[in-house]
Amino acid sequence: MTELTLVQAVNRGLAQAMREDPDVLVLGEDVGVNGGVFRATDGLLKEFGADRVVDTPLSETGIVGTAIGMALYGLKPVAEIQFMDFIYPAFDQIVSELAKFRFRSGGQYPCHVVIRTPYGGGIKGGLYHSQSAEAYFAHTAGIKVVIPSTPADAKGLLLTAVHDPDPVLFMEPKRIYRSITGEVPDGDHRVPFGSARVVREGSDVSILAYGAMVPVAVTAAEQLANEKIQAEVVDLRTLVPLDEASVLATVEKTGRCVILHEAPRFCGYGAELAAIVAEKALYSLKSPIVRVTGYDTPFPYALEHLYLPNVERLVHAVRGSMAAG
Amino acid sequence: MAKSAGAPAGEMLPSTDGIPPADLLRAYATMVLARTVDERCLTLQRQGRIGFYVPMQGQEAAQVGCAWALRPEDWIFPAYRELAVALVRGITVRTLLDQFIGSAADESKGRQMPNHYGYRRFNYVTASSPVGTQISHAVGAAMAARRKGDAIVTVTFFGDGTTSSNDFHAGLNFAGVFRAPTIFFCQNNQWAISMPRDRQTRSSTLAEKAVAYGFPGVVVDGSDVNAVYRAVVAARERALAGEGPTLIEAQVYRLGPHSTSDDPRRYRTDEELAAWKEKDPLARLKHELRESGLLDDAADARIWETAKEAVAAAVKEAEAQPPVDPMTLFDDTFATRTPQLEAERTEFGELLRQGVLHP
Repeated sequence: MTELTLVQAVNRGLAQAMREDPDVLVLGEDVGVNGGVFRATDGLLKEFGADRVVDTPLSETGIVGTAIGMALYGLKPVAEIQFMDFIYPAFDQIVSELAKFRFRSGGQYPCHVVIRTPYGGGIKGGLYHSQSAEAYFAHTAGIKVVIPSTPADAKGLLLTAVHDPDPVLFMEPKRIYRSITGEVPDGDHRVPFGSARVVREGSDVSILAYGAMVPVAVTAAEQLANEKIQAEVVDLRTLVPLDEASVLATVEKTGRCVILHEAPRFCGYGAELAAIVAEKALYSLKSPIVRVTGYDTPFPYALEHLYLPNVERLVHAVRGSMAAG
Repeated sequence: MAKSAGAPAGEMLPSTDGIPPADLLRAYATMVLARTVDERCLTLQRQGRIGFYVPMQGQEAAQVGCAWALRPEDWIFPAYRELAVALVRGITVRTLLDQFIGSAADESKGRQMPNHYGYRRFNYVTASSPVGTQISHAVGAAMAARRKGDAIVTVTFFGDGTTSSNDFHAGLNFAGVFRAPTIFFCQNNQWAISMPRDRQTRSSTLAEKAVAYGFPGVVVDGSDVNAVYRAVVAARERALAGEGPTLIEAQVYRLGPHSTSDDPRRYRTDEELAAWKEKDPLARLKHELRESGLLDDAADARIWETAKEAVAAAVKEAEAQPPVDPMTLFDDTFATRTPQLEAERTEFGELLRQGVLHP
């Protein structure tokens, strides 16, 4: 075990995968000489060479398209999109090509690409360095969507992603890249997809969260405990595939469901969670489902601290949920 | 063999050193077969026996000349109009018809509309409908092949309209930067549905766009199977010598509609069509074969008759195949079904069993 930040854990995960398998390579903007703008690929060029740590032209569609071609030929590319806000030029490649190759070829052409991308707010990044765009991709059949919230999960989920036979969008919560540290297993460490983690047990209300919102949920739960409200916090870890059983189990246990994410509310991932709970656990509910999310505006700069869900807003929402039924 | 390196962009290559004479009759027969399949499929679509069709008449020489210059281990990243390339590869008419019909015999399990096929065993990658997306795939695969030490090239096919797309720029730019062993084979058939070539770019040729990416672009007469063959052989040698990619613009004409949903009389003149029919690549090669004593009228008639019989037999066999099993819908989205897909599959199966849905 080694104490690491989340971004260091990503770095160790990449190095581990590349040492294990010569077919694994990294490509993206500034990933080589510069080691990535967040240093996620720091040191990889030196260890693995320019053949496997490929600094590309500034073109997201080119990065993903080229990675797809590499994967079709049998390599295991890990592409970096520098900020998730810049993934849209590659949207066609991801949605029309990457996610559909296996299906449209009747299984002849699996297309295993991992796309790593830092996402989310809290760094004063304004509209174009803050977005949380998971819903577009979770809605697309054929691509898995993974979001770690701890250093150990960052490494473990990344190594699972690299070895997974399907395309994976690996979203990294950049706000907590360095603000949290944790023990990370050395060597090969894998966390399975589709397996949510109960971060904190509780009996009164369930908080469903992922990524940078997980520490917010934990802090809120600790405050609520002072008010004799025991909140259970569940970290989904993978949005696709979703561990639906764990979602239903916690809601059936507590009878209350509060959903937390940074992205705008309307048609956000929380809408799917709410629908699943309503369809399959309605009679367990003691009060209406509550969503605590970003607002349905573009991501603001000056008002970021009010836009992003925080502990105060979450605590307030949980109190409301408790009072409602 | 002369290399095209340094050939000025847009220069018309001479028609020499073409397909070996011993192969030329087979190349002609493949062109005839492509034309025959094309005409038959237009009829099948009108009769409602296949849902849709994308014809390629007029582009036979460009496609056969290109494919003839490749080796089976070279990877092809096609668009949806490359019938003759598929035939040169050895993909049979029957196999293609299984895809057009979308039966259980389709190797892609009936997943896509006609003309969107691919066969791993032929290194012919499954096509999609968005234009240009395949271009950077060819570049990535070429980089991967080089990394693995495989002496192959990748070839990607697209049309004049695609040169306006994002991925044309991204793909050619990456290929230039990384000197990828890729051939960009542009069939400039003059029309992108209703938009003429001069609505795509102010450039005087499409080939000259390669200059800005740092590699050669050449124009060939796409009705001249030998000229095309020669250009592709040269580009392939360049790529394998580590000299990087080449853009080839084969100037052709789409004699038919964009697809069976299109009526070209709305946007182009009969005179233009008639002028291009004068340059029909089949007639041109037939003339050359006759001049060189390789073909006479009786042999030509036999080639056409053989093609018609082969296509008729393939249609008959393909139409006898069973339909796709509905339960296969839930295969291949992922390598293994997620719990959500498993649940949907169970629900779907139940709807079929109860007779709410009918296969």
